[in-house]
Amino acid sequence: MTISNLNLVGTLPLLFLSAWACGLLLVDLWIPGDRKHMTGWMALSGFAITFFWVSSNLGQREEAFGGMLAIDGFSNLLHLVFLGSGILATLLALNYLKQHDIERGEFYPLMLFSVVGMMIMSMAKDLIVVFLALEMLSIPLYVLVGFARTRADSEESALKYFLLGAFSSAFQVYGIALIYGATQATGFAAIGDAVAISGASPLLLAGIGLMLVGLAFKVSAVPLHMWTPDVYQGAPSVVTGFMSVGAKAAGFAAIVRIFFSAFHSLAADWAPVIVLFAVLSTVIGNVAAISQTSIKRMLAFSSIAHAGYVFVAIVPGGYGALSDFAASAVIFYLAAYGLTNIGAWSVVIAVDHADGMGSDISNYAGLARRSPGLAAAMTLFMLSLTGLPPTMGFVAKFYVFRAALAAGYTWLVVVGVVTVLISAYYYLRVIVVMWMNSGDGQVVTPRALNFTVGVTAAATLVLGLLPGPLMAIVESSVRGLF
Amino acid sequence: MLEILPLILVFPLAGMLLNAVFSRWMDETWIAIFACGASGTAFVIAILQAIALSGNHFHVETVLIADWITIGNLHLPWQMRVDTLSLTMMMLVTGVGTLIHIYAVGYMRGDPRFARFFIYLNLFITMMLVLVAADNYLMLFVGWEGVGLCSYLLIGFWYDKGDNGVGNARAGRKAFVVNRVGDMGFLIAMFLMFGAVGSLNFDDVLYFFEHNGVEVAGLATVVTLLLLVGAVGKSAQIPLFVWLPDAMAGPTPVSALIHAATMVTAGIYIIARSAPIFALAPVSQTTVALVGASTAFMAGTIAVTQWDIKRVLAYSTISQLGFMVAAVGLGGYVAGMFHLITHAFFKALLFLAAGSVIHGVEHGGHHTHDHCDAQDMRNMGGLRHRMRITFWVYLVGAVSLAGVFPFSGFWSKDEILADAWNVGVVQGHWHGVAVYVLLVLAAILTAFYMTRQIVMVFFGEPRSSAAEQAIENPPVMTTPLIVLAVLSVVGGALNLPGWHTLGHWLEHTHHFFHGLDFNLGVALGSTVFALLSIWIGTLVYYRRPLENATAPDQLEGVLGPVFRFLYCKWHVDELYSKTIMALYEWKARFLAFQVDWYFWHDFVHEQLIASAFRGVTVVLSGPVDKGVINPFFDGMAQLVRTFATRVLRPLQTGYVRNYALGVMLGVIIVLGMIFVNEGM
Repeated sequence: MTISNLNLVGTLPLLFLSAWACGLLLVDLWIPGDRKHMTGWMALSGFAITFFWVSSNLGQREEAFGGMLAIDGFSNLLHLVFLGSGILATLLALNYLKQHDIERGEFYPLMLFSVVGMMIMSMAKDLIVVFLALEMLSIPLYVLVGFARTRADSEESALKYFLLGAFSSAFQVYGIALIYGATQATGFAAIGDAVAISGASPLLLAGIGLMLVGLAFKVSAVPLHMWTPDVYQGAPSVVTGFMSVGAKAAGFAAIVRIFFSAFHSLAADWAPVIVLFAVLSTVIGNVAAISQTSIKRMLAFSSIAHAGYVFVAIVPGGYGALSDFAASAVIFYLAAYGLTNIGAWSVVIAVDHADGMGSDISNYAGLARRSPGLAAAMTLFMLSLTGLPPTMGFVAKFYVFRAALAAGYTWLVVVGVVTVLISAYYYLRVIVVMWMNSGDGQVVTPRALNFTVGVTAAATLVLGLLPGPLMAIVESSVRGLF
Repeated sequence: MLEILPLILVFPLAGMLLNAVFSRWMDETWIAIFACGASGTAFVIAILQAIALSGNHFHVETVLIADWITIGNLHLPWQMRVDTLSLTMMMLVTGVGTLIHIYAVGYMRGDPRFARFFIYLNLFITMMLVLVAADNYLMLFVGWEGVGLCSYLLIGFWYDKGDNGVGNARAGRKAFVVNRVGDMGFLIAMFLMFGAVGSLNFDDVLYFFEHNGVEVAGLATVVTLLLLVGAVGKSAQIPLFVWLPDAMAGPTPVSALIHAATMVTAGIYIIARSAPIFALAPVSQTTVALVGASTAFMAGTIAVTQWDIKRVLAYSTISQLGFMVAAVGLGGYVAGMFHLITHAFFKALLFLAAGSVIHGVEHGGHHTHDHCDAQDMRNMGGLRHRMRITFWVYLVGAVSLAGVFPFSGFWSKDEILADAWNVGVVQGHWHGVAVYVLLVLAAILTAFYMTRQIVMVFFGEPRSSAAEQAIENPPVMTTPLIVLAVLSVVGGALNLPGWHTLGHWLEHTHHFFHGLDFNLGVALGSTVFALLSIWIGTLVYYRRPLENATAPDQLEGVLGPVFRFLYCKWHVDELYSKTIMALYEWKARFLAFQVDWYFWHDFVHEQLIASAFRGVTVVLSGPVDKGVINPFFDGMAQLVRTFATRVLRPLQTGYVRNYALGVMLGVIIVLGMIFVNEGM
């Protein structure tokens, strides 16, 4: 490995953010305990700098670290999703932590590290890097989930997340080992070559299955989803909003990269599993969400269901020329879901109170009267999560289903549409409660939260009305990558 | 010079739009200036065009304004045609139109809808110019319908007046509906021409008929008869003349302009324009001539008996239009056009003068609070002392209309009679003789009823206090009268025997158009008849004037039932209402009540469709929807809910060991699926 194929220049944004996180850990030591929001602002500026750095250079196609990292349109666009969710979550955290009396400086560096892990995940072209990245994004998240350690449920959910995460990581490591045993390689390109020569051996197939289980756990696909509601409910809401977008997107990034490149020729083997995940996740996720009374648990099941829709988009990836199409649909869906979901969690944070009250759907009664702007935005988010026009969620689902139709999976699209219909029940119920029921209660809307809600709502609406430019960028960035 | 021709349309249109938009901010003076200016400018342009055309050796020119319809080979543009025929009409329309505009300024003064009147009037000028300047039948039809619209709007201008407050509106409607009959003929004629020729441009159509000659004589006969139907409607000939007397409900300037001088001559214009087609269809020509002559006679008999000053003139107009139609039917196109022009002068003059009389008597009525009918000649009398100018110009118009030498009417009417004599006696056609006899009788009647009118209105003693107090009108009204009176006197100079100015001028449009040599015998005969008739009229009416406003007509005692039959217009209106109208109304009632209401609505819709529909909906909404579909979906929803709460919820135990088991289950499912799928 020489300096030249290290390509440190190409990975500069990544290195910058990592260094920023390390530096912030040190700087935080000198920031007094009652002014920890300064750490937050510094983290925010780190995120923002990296965001604009990456977005200024979307179209590059390079490799780094001897081919172990890819720097291309796919990773760069997902970087924007990670960094964007980081920015929005940090903005929310500034007030949330203080309000919940858990304001400590290490929160922000942990966010930064987690985002670095996500970024590496989307760049990984080697199974070892995938695993490293997975742990790098997960371990800060375990801590962040338990950040409200004065609350028992936060600690409980952190522990659950950690135990189950470790459990599934073990499967993944074992899968990596089996794949290495079958192909004597860890790099995607080398694995792809070996698979093309020797075909599928039981060893390799078992490795693929276990690998998939580990990643599916991260994106909370049924039947590996059971941790999700408990963790989402127990974790501080800012962390939930962040991980429901970032961690999920990172998991899908790894799935797309591994399966579209290394195991492309084995699509006949893995595609049925993806289809199974898609069907189970959309059906179980949406149905289970119906019976929830807590908005956090409802959104948790909703996130399981949305993982299912992304799987629908991944299915066509095994079909030759459609893989670009599929990757575009995945990115667009993740962006749409990310914007909408963080917006929805912002509203949840505004209604949520320090005493844990306010997380019930019934607490949203009369929100339209008390806080019309917030209710209107929440309405928009719910419509977008349902997938109704004129929101971005509609366009995203349209692209996903179009990709699946192009691959000939009509029945899968039918299942998808039927589950969308089911999901309308619980999303629209929130709207009904907000606008038609009367009730009272306080909402806490600091300026940063209003900003977050406004930005996400506007983006959801504008990109729903004019999705063309964004879709063009996505398609041109991804073209020819897989 | 020709390129400015489209302006002749632009100016009246602009005048109309200007008044339509801005009249609410202008007083009557400015409205009048714009309207009269627009019309006057158009007249100047027409004169300039005539000069240009003579300078250009009368070469027929077309001016393209815009493309209109282009489908395949069909090409129908907005294109104007400049030849001597169209220019004659343009000058007439704009010249007489301008005079009447000026007159109307005085006549309409103080009317609450003053601006609207001039908007309509300018629109009429525009449409009439479209009609006469068109280079194809379709554009002509646009003008044809446009003037029809203006006629309708202006007849019903005082729509809130008349019998029961709706009389004027009904008169407008009658004119419109009767004209529809004629329009239908015109339309079918156009369709036939288009079907045969594939074009509606004059040059193409006329070339087609001239070129194919007798081969298309049958088609020519049908087309010309249908064109005659159109002309009969527009020019108020038998059997469609009934609308014109009712059209007198409009303001008098409208009667003068539209219903005497210009619009009603459109039928004569269209026949003259289509002369080459008529030349191929002797049957049609005979029909045209006989229709015209019969109308001339019949309307003349009715005019003798009427009391309303304007109605007399209206029937006189129908009668004179009959002269023109008879002339063009006999191939005397120059005579017809000549009479059209002179008639425009003296009939416009008579109408305007009658309007002056009415205005004056109304004024007197206001003065004395005598609200008698200001149009009824029985309420007049002795007006020659109170309205001197009006009397003299009226007299000029009357003698001109009566055909007294050397007034313009003499020359033009004489030429028509000479044509009839030529066809009937010289060429020996029976219909020529018939036409000659009818026209001579009509001419005798003309002289008689004009004498009767002059005497009743201007001589004797006033028979109402309104007439006693009548006053002369201001110069804005009398000046156009004097101009028209001069034209009525000298108008005959247009086509004097020996010179044939108009004949040579029109020859450039069609070689069919040529005048006849003067026939001294005919001229002497008609002069003798006219003078005799005037003498008899004087005997009857001047020697024994009406005693009072309610006395019967002097002739009524002599003629009795015949007089009353004529007074009731030969009962044509009643005939139509008993036959056509009654049948139509019966059919309409049958369709509306029996067919539409009882059959379609009550039986088919209500009983068959609606009740069947209701029955189906009862079944669908009851057993099917509430019994099957609704429970099905309710059940599905309940099932989903139950599944969620009974099955999925208990799975979320909250215990890590159970969740780990779930992960394990996932591993087993995934691996099992992969291996089963692979067949291992």
